[in-house]
Amino acid sequence: MTHTLMPLMIAVPLGGAFLCALMGKRARALPDAMGFLVTLLAAAGAVYSVSLVKSAGPLVYSMGGWRAPVGIVLSLDGLTSLMLVTVNLVAFLVAVYARGYMERYTSKRLFYGLFLLMLAGMNGVVLTGDMFNLFVFLEIASVASYALVAFGTGKHELEAAFKYGVMGTIASLFILLGIILLYARTSTLNMADMAAQLADGGGDVVPLVTGLFLAGFGLKAALVPFHAWLPDAHPSAPAPISAMLSGVLIKSLGVYALVRVLYNVLGVAKVTEDGSPFTPLIVLGILSMMVGVVLALGQWDMKRLLAYHSISQIGYVILAIGIGTPLAVMAGLFHLFNHSIFKSLLFLDSGALEHATGTRDLRRMAGVGRKLPVTSSTTLIASMSIAGIPPFNGFWSKLLIIVAAVQAGHSWSAFWAVLASILTLASFTKVLRYGFQGGASERLRQLAAVPLSMKVALVLFAVICIGGGLLLLPSLRDLFLGPAADALAGGTEQLGFVLTGGAS
Amino acid sequence: MTAYILCLILFGLGIYCAVSKRNLIKIIVGVAIAEYAVNLMFVLVGYRMGGVPPIFAAPGEAQGAMVDPLPHALVLTSIVIGLATTALLAAIAMRIYRKYGTYDVNEIRELRG
Amino acid sequence: MADRPEDGMSLIVKTVTRLTLGLILLYGLYIVLHGHLTPGGGFAGGVIVALSLVHLVLAFGGRSAWKRISHSGASRMEATGALGFLALALLGLTAGFFLSNFLPEGRAFELFSAGSIPLANLAICLKVGGGLFAVFAILTIFTAETTSPDGGER
Repeated sequence: MTHTLMPLMIAVPLGGAFLCALMGKRARALPDAMGFLVTLLAAAGAVYSVSLVKSAGPLVYSMGGWRAPVGIVLSLDGLTSLMLVTVNLVAFLVAVYARGYMERYTSKRLFYGLFLLMLAGMNGVVLTGDMFNLFVFLEIASVASYALVAFGTGKHELEAAFKYGVMGTIASLFILLGIILLYARTSTLNMADMAAQLADGGGDVVPLVTGLFLAGFGLKAALVPFHAWLPDAHPSAPAPISAMLSGVLIKSLGVYALVRVLYNVLGVAKVTEDGSPFTPLIVLGILSMMVGVVLALGQWDMKRLLAYHSISQIGYVILAIGIGTPLAVMAGLFHLFNHSIFKSLLFLDSGALEHATGTRDLRRMAGVGRKLPVTSSTTLIASMSIAGIPPFNGFWSKLLIIVAAVQAGHSWSAFWAVLASILTLASFTKVLRYGFQGGASERLRQLAAVPLSMKVALVLFAVICIGGGLLLLPSLRDLFLGPAADALAGGTEQLGFVLTGGAS
Repeated sequence: MTAYILCLILFGLGIYCAVSKRNLIKIIVGVAIAEYAVNLMFVLVGYRMGGVPPIFAAPGEAQGAMVDPLPHALVLTSIVIGLATTALLAAIAMRIYRKYGTYDVNEIRELRG
Repeated sequence: MADRPEDGMSLIVKTVTRLTLGLILLYGLYIVLHGHLTPGGGFAGGVIVALSLVHLVLAFGGRSAWKRISHSGASRMEATGALGFLALALLGLTAGFFLSNFLPEGRAFELFSAGSIPLANLAICLKVGGGLFAVFAILTIFTAETTSPDGGER
């Protein structure tokens, strides 16, 4: 009955969310405990799913007993388990952090309710094997995130949430339109069935649908030119939500869904030994990389700076996956995982800084480094990771991406990647210098202490940053990254296990 | 075929309204129009020539060519999702009015850079 | 703050509303319970149930209506509906699969047939009805609290 893990990964956070909503105002610590417990279970389940895929191969779960292609199925393969681990691990650590951070907000039960709802939605997106079900879970997670961005109900949060909401809804409409066109062409919604039907040439609907999906999922992933909502939305949200948004939401809703559909369903993008580049992804990737990092250079608001860097790093991931060699795809997915870790850590750090100093402006928090040792050291570790300094995890994934690009003959892409990396390093040197070094100014004499739960989360994230490079060791690679890259490399046949019933 | 083109025109109108209007409420209405256009298109995709509603009226009686029932179920779900999104956007818009004092998008531009 | 807009509509409207409240509620429940036989089901029926409460609020005006119907009650109804649906899905596990139909199916076209589908429809009705009414409640409590000039069209 190990299969039941799959629906439980969605059902447990969903149940937790509604139980949180039911809680009265009296129970103060109960939502915290619920959030902690549910995310712990979810993270454990995600790690277990990795070993499941390794031992039993890709799994299929038919909801309600209706087999594919008639019913809705949940499918678990290497890529799904990688995303599950990323999403749930980050969610667990963010829930630990939120225990301390959310003390100053009035309604914790609403926060945890929305948070768990978003988590359920993201788990659903990565687990599902049905196109419309993908859309439904995408919407669940998106609407929960619109509400979470507006959580503080201050002026800027509301403005950012409205813009994000409108743009996100329009993107979802594009995605729905694409799904409709695909349904009209193939008369099925099951991803595997659709892949089988489109394998013999989808005709003229496929390029149109590809364009629609690139626009829709691209906006969810904040690819340039659809990135305009991110620099407003991510800084305005409370720090744990910024970490979730930047760390996992844009990856599971945007990048995962995009590559899953492009590689495994539509088959317009392939992975071959010599590299079959998918030009739109490469172009969008390079654009995002460069625009993100250049716009980040001029920022003084720490969270806005981090938001622009998110755009840039997702550009790395998309570029790598677009190059199309097995090494490049694995490097891209590795960078996806790494970025979740260090970007979430950076956002949580900025939250801790804001909690302690009351400001997000780098010019005003000079010299805080000596007084907040945990925060400043973890920020240092995360900054070195994102800038690609050995031996932190960011270095390994960026190196792999550049090597893969050169190997596949894309020297220009490698050049842009190196340039973006240098500019990222410059940007974070600015953060470290202005934010942490220097003499402590007068107004920083009174600093609020950072709560223990926040520190624990920061330290745990930093540990993963330091140890992340170990994921490239052959034994761990075959367990974790290898199956994920193989899932994309499998192309349109990958999902065939859904129709044949998978391993049981 | 003309029905699909009209749906796409309606969708385009909704998107145009959403991006070009200045009042927050009109933006929400534009998004809603676009949503309804997509839902309508979905239902139309399921139409079969000479089809009847996909309901069995009595045991054992086949009705002939029924229209595809799957889009109907999916459109129901999509309508409810649209309802939730519209309600959330409306609530955010009302709160914005409280804070900024205006519904005009050009005035609600404090976030810059 | 003028008192009159809060008092609701005229006496005729209030009297008729007392009668139609039960009718609309009944109609909504009919649509929900026959969801597996006729078009409608949980979503549409839930909306109608919510509308019956909404027209009550509209007819009697904000002040007096909100004393009797609380929005937290609607919130709780909504969460209960969701948890009910989830419980049904998990109970389906006893029959082997998540969300499967685990109750006896009965004969086709009868009211008590199709296994757990009517129960699922009820849960959805609670969720959608409670949710829609809660949304309406929050939005109207808002307008009552804003200091904007007399603006609502009723």
